[in-house]
Amino acid sequence: MAKRDGTSISPEPMRTEEPSELLRELVAHLRQNRTQLREEWVVRITETRLLTAMTKEEIFAEATSVYDSYVEALETEAFEALQAYARNLSERIIPRGVETHEVVGIVLLLRDVLARSLFAKYQNDFKKLNRILDAYEPAANRIANTVAVGFVQERERVIRQQQEAIRELSTPVLQVRERLLILPIIGVIDPQRARQLTEQLLRGIRTNRAKVVVIDITGVAAMDVTVANHLVQTVEASRLLGATVIVTGLSPEIAQTLVTIGVDLGKMNTVGDLQGGIEQAERLLGYKVETLAEPR
Amino acid sequence: MEVPILKQGAVLIATFQAALSDADLNHLRMGLVQQVVKFRSRAVIVDVTAMDVMDSFASRTLREIAHMIRLRGAETVIVGIQPEVAFAMVQLGLTLEGVATALDLEEGLAYLNEKFKTTN
Repeated sequence: MAKRDGTSISPEPMRTEEPSELLRELVAHLRQNRTQLREEWVVRITETRLLTAMTKEEIFAEATSVYDSYVEALETEAFEALQAYARNLSERIIPRGVETHEVVGIVLLLRDVLARSLFAKYQNDFKKLNRILDAYEPAANRIANTVAVGFVQERERVIRQQQEAIRELSTPVLQVRERLLILPIIGVIDPQRARQLTEQLLRGIRTNRAKVVVIDITGVAAMDVTVANHLVQTVEASRLLGATVIVTGLSPEIAQTLVTIGVDLGKMNTVGDLQGGIEQAERLLGYKVETLAEPR
Repeated sequence: MEVPILKQGAVLIATFQAALSDADLNHLRMGLVQQVVKFRSRAVIVDVTAMDVMDSFASRTLREIAHMIRLRGAETVIVGIQPEVAFAMVQLGLTLEGVATALDLEEGLAYLNEKFKTTN
């Protein structure tokens, strides 16, 4: 309060600020000291030997955008936007070989660097420092959490994509003659692979207008009841698209499984080996194979 | 909903639309057999290309249509079952057993040609 002669008495009594005011105050501080704090953070990152897969320039470029997003998240509490940003960032850096512990590490380092700067600023007012930290800590922890989760989600998405690609590669549907497809299956078939196989085959039948399909399971050691049923379903579904299926290469074990589960073998066309299967398919399609000359 | 039925020589071609109600299917069952009688057709092709879903009622109706038409001495071929529909059908155990199927209209006609050739 000012006296009329222009001098003032003691400062006004302290009132407790609103949390949102405190947040605004600390965000303003972090913005004002952006250059210096960001530099400090990059130094800490290099010291702790994180992000070794990236060059100094790349780290600096990413650090700038992460710092700004961090401060913005503190200010706006828009955590969905932050998670979208984190997934986007992950999409960029995962192919560079950056690991989860590095991403979590650098976000925690930023949290520490900013906290220290708050300690420095409010060191003479312990009560205020505590109030500022009350506003800062939950927000900062939520940010660290959000970024880590976003990163992990992106990794999981990449892994799922790769698994899908591997599965598709491992069950090629091959056209060897007009209207004749071969599906050589090798390895372990689980229900998921069996389903994917069926979908691929049905699409292949339609695309190639196949009338006969030879499914060769020479490379499959064993089949449980669920998968055997899937095989039967594949044969039936193919028939609905007008294609005949010949199954070849059944091992004694698989033959046993099929008999045990009571598969109606009248519905399944089987031949001993792939060669026999192809020959029968050719007969069904009206092909005749003749030797014209001696092999050279 | 009216299902268009075209005549191509001794073959009738019925093209099913996407959303056929149970009432529509019942109506069709009678209607198709009547057309077979009227035109003395030797075969019916039912084109279900536009159907993106086939439930057990539709599947049963198709089987019944085929059986009824066979009683008139004619053959039925179901064509155009989509891969996704075929997959869903076999999972539900709807196999259209005893009914001829083909990939599409062209294949259906080719199949009938072969059949008529060998039986003539």
